[in-house]
Amino acid sequence: MIEFRNASKSYDDGTLAVSDLDLTAASHEITVLVGSSGCGKTTMLRMVNRLVTPTSGQVLIDDVDVADRNPVELRRSIGYVMQNSGLLPHRTTVDNIATVPVLRGTSVRDARKHALELMEIVGLDRSMARRYPWQLSGGQQQRVGVARGLAADPNILLMDEPFGAVDPIVRADLQRELLRLQAELGKTILFVTHDIAEAIALGDKIVILMKGGRIAQQGSPAEIMASPKDDFVTSFLGLDGARSLHVDGHLVVDPSGRPVGRLA
Amino acid sequence: MSYLVAALQWLSDPANMSGPNGWQARMAEHLWYTAVATVVACVIGIPLGYAVGHAHRFRTVIVSSTGAARALPTLGVVTLFGLLLGIGLDAPMLAFVLLALPSVLAGAYAGVEGAPRDSVDAARAMGMTEWQILTRVEAPLGMPLLLGGVRSAVLQVLATATLAAYVGAGGLGRFLFLGLKTQNYPMMVASSLVVMGLAIVLDLAFEVVDRLVRRSVPAGAPAS
Repeated sequence: MIEFRNASKSYDDGTLAVSDLDLTAASHEITVLVGSSGCGKTTMLRMVNRLVTPTSGQVLIDDVDVADRNPVELRRSIGYVMQNSGLLPHRTTVDNIATVPVLRGTSVRDARKHALELMEIVGLDRSMARRYPWQLSGGQQQRVGVARGLAADPNILLMDEPFGAVDPIVRADLQRELLRLQAELGKTILFVTHDIAEAIALGDKIVILMKGGRIAQQGSPAEIMASPKDDFVTSFLGLDGARSLHVDGHLVVDPSGRPVGRLA
Repeated sequence: MSYLVAALQWLSDPANMSGPNGWQARMAEHLWYTAVATVVACVIGIPLGYAVGHAHRFRTVIVSSTGAARALPTLGVVTLFGLLLGIGLDAPMLAFVLLALPSVLAGAYAGVEGAPRDSVDAARAMGMTEWQILTRVEAPLGMPLLLGGVRSAVLQVLATATLAAYVGAGGLGRFLFLGLKTQNYPMMVASSLVVMGLAIVLDLAFEVVDRLVRRSVPAGAPAS
């Protein structure tokens, strides 16, 4: 379980990235932080593995303040997947995946063996093992990124817009894969995105953020969709626009009368 | 053309070739000066460049000081240090190190500083220590640029090491200054030819090393 207690982050120039955040991300669930740019969602994520230190307040993992943990040890125990994969360009796929286990003292041979297994788990062909990141497509790079995040078998996975830079078809594919993986592995995942559709598709719990790092509303996708708290949430969800659907005979249509689906 | 033929004759004359004053011994001396100056410049420049490149601080200090150091006329520096330190190798060696330092420093600094931000950020997020980030990510990715810096340092010092003879030390400059005084132009051309030959051979050697390094660090297709 990840818990933010009155966590704030302000910068020297006075910008308030996160203000007074109280938030709990339950174990074995996907919690999605969603908001437009400048809402502090990445900053929140980076507080968990101490890449960012809160100006005030605490972040706790299983009731232990992360500030009391050695940052290097802490980071090695948490998986991290980022937008542009952040793969090391001078290392092959298999060595990129093996990075954290090797840092933690696993022999290179064992770590590579395990990396090959992970490649299969994330849907990468073994023939990619000896390729360098620039020889892979964007979607493949992100799969390597996910495999790398999972390599040390962490309880927690932090994902910072991991599918933001790939095309919509690949993104949908990666989202399905993530849900399949999660059903098997049951990690505690904190997922950041600016795409509300992605948040609805993946989140057990969604946290909608406003500028300055305040929570507009949080809850399950169904709860939020059923009763949006205010106009901001309504418009963020698109309930006053594209997602304002009604039934016309057997068809479900959008506000302009175009069909988007059919009642089953 | 006749000077060139005379120079080649001078070089092939056994009397000029061997012995403590022969051109082969002077060439070895010349290479030795170049090697020492480059190694000293690397010992100072690489850690300093890495530190600045890794910390992303004091960049302006490095850029402006290397720029200033490059603008120094080496002959003037040799003369100045010669007046302070006297006849011998100390003064020119100091000047050569000063000459080599900016290139090495800039190469080390630029290579580390230019490592992709995403990769460095990911390395830190995975739990690499700062030292591991430098040695396992930034330094390997910056190796081609560092090598380029060392390469130009070596060639600069090699070309300039003739000035060592100006304050009484050895090297291939001996024949240049002696030839100038005695109007022995074939000897001057001959020593210049040897310096040029060395420059070409060393540059080719660096080219080979550079290709090997780039093969082991295929950092994202075309390196700038």
